[in-house]
Amino acid sequence: MLKKTGRITLVLILALSLVVTGCGTNQDPNSDPSGKQASITGAGATFPYPLYSKMFSEYNKLHSQIRVNYQSIGSGGGVKQMIEETVDFGASDAFLNEDEMGKIQNGVIHVPMTIGAVAIVYNLEGIGTGVKLTQETLTEIYLGKITKWNDPKLVADNSEINLPDLDITPVFRSDGSGTTSIYTDYLSKVSSEWKNEVGAGKAVNFPVGIGGKGNEGVAGQVKQLPGSIGYVELAYATTNNLAYAQLRNKEGNFTAPSLEAASSAAAGAIADMPKDTRVSIVDPAGKDAYGIVGFSWILVNEKYEDENLKNELLDLVKWMYRDGQQYASNLHYAPIPEEIAQLNDENLKAVQ
Amino acid sequence: MLSASWVDRIFKVITLLAASAVVALLFAIIIKLYTQSSFSIDKFGFSFITSTDWNPVTGEYGALPFIFGTVVSSFIAILIAVPISVGVAIFLTEIAPRWLSTPIGFLVELLAAIPSVIYGLWGIFIFVPFVRNYIQMPLHDVLGWMPLFSGPPLGIGMLAAGLILAIMIIPIITAISKDIISSVPILQREGALALGATKWETIKYAVLPYAKTGILGGIILGLGRAIGETMAVTMVIGNRAEISSSIFAPAHSMAAVIANEFTEATEDVYLSAIIEIGLLLFLVTFVLNGLARFFIWSVARGPRGGIRQ
Repeated sequence: MLKKTGRITLVLILALSLVVTGCGTNQDPNSDPSGKQASITGAGATFPYPLYSKMFSEYNKLHSQIRVNYQSIGSGGGVKQMIEETVDFGASDAFLNEDEMGKIQNGVIHVPMTIGAVAIVYNLEGIGTGVKLTQETLTEIYLGKITKWNDPKLVADNSEINLPDLDITPVFRSDGSGTTSIYTDYLSKVSSEWKNEVGAGKAVNFPVGIGGKGNEGVAGQVKQLPGSIGYVELAYATTNNLAYAQLRNKEGNFTAPSLEAASSAAAGAIADMPKDTRVSIVDPAGKDAYGIVGFSWILVNEKYEDENLKNELLDLVKWMYRDGQQYASNLHYAPIPEEIAQLNDENLKAVQ
Repeated sequence: MLSASWVDRIFKVITLLAASAVVALLFAIIIKLYTQSSFSIDKFGFSFITSTDWNPVTGEYGALPFIFGTVVSSFIAILIAVPISVGVAIFLTEIAPRWLSTPIGFLVELLAAIPSVIYGLWGIFIFVPFVRNYIQMPLHDVLGWMPLFSGPPLGIGMLAAGLILAIMIIPIITAISKDIISSVPILQREGALALGATKWETIKYAVLPYAKTGILGGIILGLGRAIGETMAVTMVIGNRAEISSSIFAPAHSMAAVIANEFTEATEDVYLSAIIEIGLLLFLVTFVLNGLARFFIWSVARGPRGGIRQ
């Protein structure tokens, strides 16, 4: 019971601190002699936080008057803070639906900032990276229809590997997350059965399997349970040396998840992309593309009352999707292609 | 200088304020939880407690699997922790020499200071494989035909959660039982020994009856921790909102679902449903505490000392 009270207090303190810093943004012209000192407040997704944190600190080295205070409270929290107008910008791993957009008084523009890829990891003794999965076999594993590693459908794609007679235990993220959102979005796109029976979202009712909390929870369960399969952010799979699967893409090639494959997926999606970038890019065209990918967005209001804040924020965001992208690869994030950056330039012209 | 009666009066006011602050805080939390969950209460009504569906995609919310998971995992924990804790407490106070009881007592209390997230990570990487290989697999081979032990031995699941909770509440129950048992008057023991009782009879007839109320109080505190525990449970329980007859099957708990889904719940009804689970967790705690107190009351009515009629 103590814990719950603690959490509520924490939320209150967090909300209060956001309000307080939010006020600071609007009414603090005195601390710098030039009068241009600005602190910009944002909140939202945890997935891109290490990248954003690096970008903000590099930006501060270039423009010492700008301090960015970013709270990685989760995409849902970021959207909530945008609705309540307590932050200057938000960040989300899933694009907003019409209903959520309608609730944001000052309007919202989606700015893709990086691309997330989700790797399918597994635990098979003696078998390393590279088990081949197709859209169908992956869906059937998570629907509970393929239950053994030596199922004829899996063996057919992996003739060179000796798959064992072992139960498959699917592992899913039990906490609401952008990773689950991208993953279930992919399964819904490639399988109408998944779409009708389970659907897509940050948390869904998985038909089979066990849940792990966070990337570390999923990775932990996959590591300790022989025969298990799970999905984690690509960066998490590569830095922890987990074996991951190759996935058949739309054009029939098996591709491993990689930063290049994720960027190539985003480039492949540009042709059919709506101008506001509110689009799912899973299972994209392109022969090198990897299937389970999604944008992570920065959310910017369409209207800012404070002219100074607006200009500083726009400079920051534009720097992030151009110069800032140089820090992405080192931190295992896929940089966004130039075409998307140009689209962002267009979209940001609407900010008043 | 203030007169003595004034000091008394001020002291009385201060303690009254402290006491009412706790009550006010409790009510403030309940009221807030109730108003924030009113959307979900209106929408689902009583079926929220009886439904087993929890599906954020379709907007169907039912809390029964979580209530089941919290109650059963706490029950398993108490079942295992109580005999061990009372045994340790008796050993430390009545049997072990001082040079042994002091360090062991210290180590037991050290267990209580380990943060629950550490228990969770240790649980997932070391304890769960151990449970799978050395507890579940033998049980599965011998008793697999019983529904209670059916299903694949994954390690992760209700049993692992109950066991890790037991480990976490043993230090609490042990520490309290130890203090209670050592506060039993020495005359009580001498009397029993003088009547020719053996060590075992002294403990059984003279010491434990005298200490039982206090020990049961310690068990309630342990139960409270088990019900509210979040991080360690969510790491090992499997986080699957299903009710299964098998203790090997993955399950979920009320505290765990709140911690898992609160941050990303954007829709109003989703958030409201999660807060209603918080409210239910309050109620479950009240009910279990009440039951435990009733149990103490009915046990404590018996003879207090070594006299047995």
